[in-house]
Amino acid sequence: MKPSPDGSGGCPRGAHSSRVARERAIEWALLLAALTSVAVTVGIAGVLVYESLPFFRHVSLAEFLTDPQWTPLFSEAHYGILPLVAGTLVTTAVALLMALPVGTITAIYLSECATLVVRETVKPLLELLTAVPTVVFGYFALLFVTPFLQLIWADLPGFNMLSAGLVIGVMIIPYVSSLSEDAMRAVPMDIREGSYAMGATRMQTALRVVVPSALSGIAAAYALGISRAIGETMVVAIAAGMQPTLTWNPLEPAETITAYIVQVSLGDLPHGSIGYQSIFAAGLTLLLMTLLFNVAGYLLRKGFWKAY
Amino acid sequence: MRLQSAIARNRFVDSLFAILGLLAMLVGLVTLLALFLGLALDGWSRLTWRFFTSYPSRFPVEAGILSAWVGTTTVMFVTALTAVPIGVGAAVYLEEYAPKNWLTDLIEINIANLAGVPSIVYGLLALGLLVYQLHLGQSILTAGLTLALLILPIVVTSAREAIRSVPNSIREAAHALGATKWQTVKDHVLPYATGGILTGLIIALSRAIGESAPLITIGALSFIAFLPHPPWQPEFPYLSFQWLLDPFTVMPIQMFNWVSRPQEEFHTNAAAAGLVLLGMTLAMNGLAIFIRARFRKQIKW
Repeated sequence: MKPSPDGSGGCPRGAHSSRVARERAIEWALLLAALTSVAVTVGIAGVLVYESLPFFRHVSLAEFLTDPQWTPLFSEAHYGILPLVAGTLVTTAVALLMALPVGTITAIYLSECATLVVRETVKPLLELLTAVPTVVFGYFALLFVTPFLQLIWADLPGFNMLSAGLVIGVMIIPYVSSLSEDAMRAVPMDIREGSYAMGATRMQTALRVVVPSALSGIAAAYALGISRAIGETMVVAIAAGMQPTLTWNPLEPAETITAYIVQVSLGDLPHGSIGYQSIFAAGLTLLLMTLLFNVAGYLLRKGFWKAY
Repeated sequence: MRLQSAIARNRFVDSLFAILGLLAMLVGLVTLLALFLGLALDGWSRLTWRFFTSYPSRFPVEAGILSAWVGTTTVMFVTALTAVPIGVGAAVYLEEYAPKNWLTDLIEINIANLAGVPSIVYGLLALGLLVYQLHLGQSILTAGLTLALLILPIVVTSAREAIRSVPNSIREAAHALGATKWQTVKDHVLPYATGGILTGLIIALSRAIGESAPLITIGALSFIAFLPHPPWQPEFPYLSFQWLLDPFTVMPIQMFNWVSRPQEEFHTNAAAAGLVLLGMTLAMNGLAIFIRARFRKQIKW
């Protein structure tokens, strides 16, 4: 741009270049903000590995993976992660047995059968479940669900994985149902109409046409629900007990990986002690487990992907 | 005849499924209702003025949530102040500036993955990095930063959606009048996107307010019988940031502490604290819905 002699039309050269410099600086600042998330990921991986390295120098990987006892804070210490993994898997399994069928059926119902009014009322109400603080769910599991279940199994202990798992299951229903429903509603109408035209009923259309077409989205919803269930902390810390026993029976108390981290953090462990390092080793295990399911979900999504 | 019976059977299956669907829907809704009613019945009697103005105590009847709600408020303040610039900045970059290259792909995949990381892992990150490497201590600042990182993916995703919904004609008009890219974003795109960004932020904060696991991990105390330093001081510069480094407790941790005690009376306190906490998150969600509706009414493309 050519500056005019009196400086009124167009802008002077100095102002122009300073403006370019400012634009450039702003772009860099924004990029920096976007890179924060990458830094967080690197930070998480880095901290978990860095802090658990000393732990694995002390404990062999074989002992960590096969020893059936987890007692890092006892004088006779055992470092087998199995009891915590078992606790995590059992509560997650109970939660999924609850959430996946209920969530999927809810999604099919809301997407294929319900009227607009029902859908627009029920969906936000269900999503309120995700707004309830998890510690409130823990309270509910310990003081409502467990006493209720004790009416059925009289000898059910006060802390047990069943009630924690069931409550986590209800908690993740909206994750499963909302995302699945979005996926089903994204299936174009003409595909449904084609099915109806062939004489299929609503139910046949829903189960054999809509659900298969929406499978990638449903798989994504499941993956999210699973990683939520594995990582859930407060409900299990409150209602499932804090004894690391190796058991696959949901009627018994047991400790999950997350509950162990909470238990150790509640005490006052010195920085650098083996107990302190053990929560990072446990956290690393937890992260790898959720990663496994996320990658599985991603692959499923890719495999089932259908473009319209 | 066979056709008729087939139709009848299919009708029957259809209505059976409708009932099944209704039942499935009710599982979530009934639980929600039971949870509300249960908390209200147990905790209502403890919700007095004194409950809000007392410190925790060994005696359940005298215990209150003063330090907890002050802690929650200050931590949320730090969280919002950190998450907004970073989250909105990242969203603006990804929507308005980012070229199509591997770096952009990396950032996007990364944000999607962070949303699936368990919250307690953020606590471990904060414990290893903020508490022991940067020596920020078990403070309000550490807690606020931890929760800010935790809600960052939600803030970024919702801000991106808000920015994306601003029509391109607005940008083109601004560019045509000689506005630079940043002027366009600052003066035109962001003001239109404010409603959506605000909605997402409030929903993200309502998640953060109920989080306790990551804060327990960094070593938040549950028995705090004092308030943080006030944010002002009598001498120049009148503002004090001492409170940022004070120890704290928050509502969900206070509630967790009361739930895990064996005495029944403390469970009543826990229910009352849960009611307050639930009230806070529901109020925030309501506010978010209100803001969304308001902005939607004002702006019609």
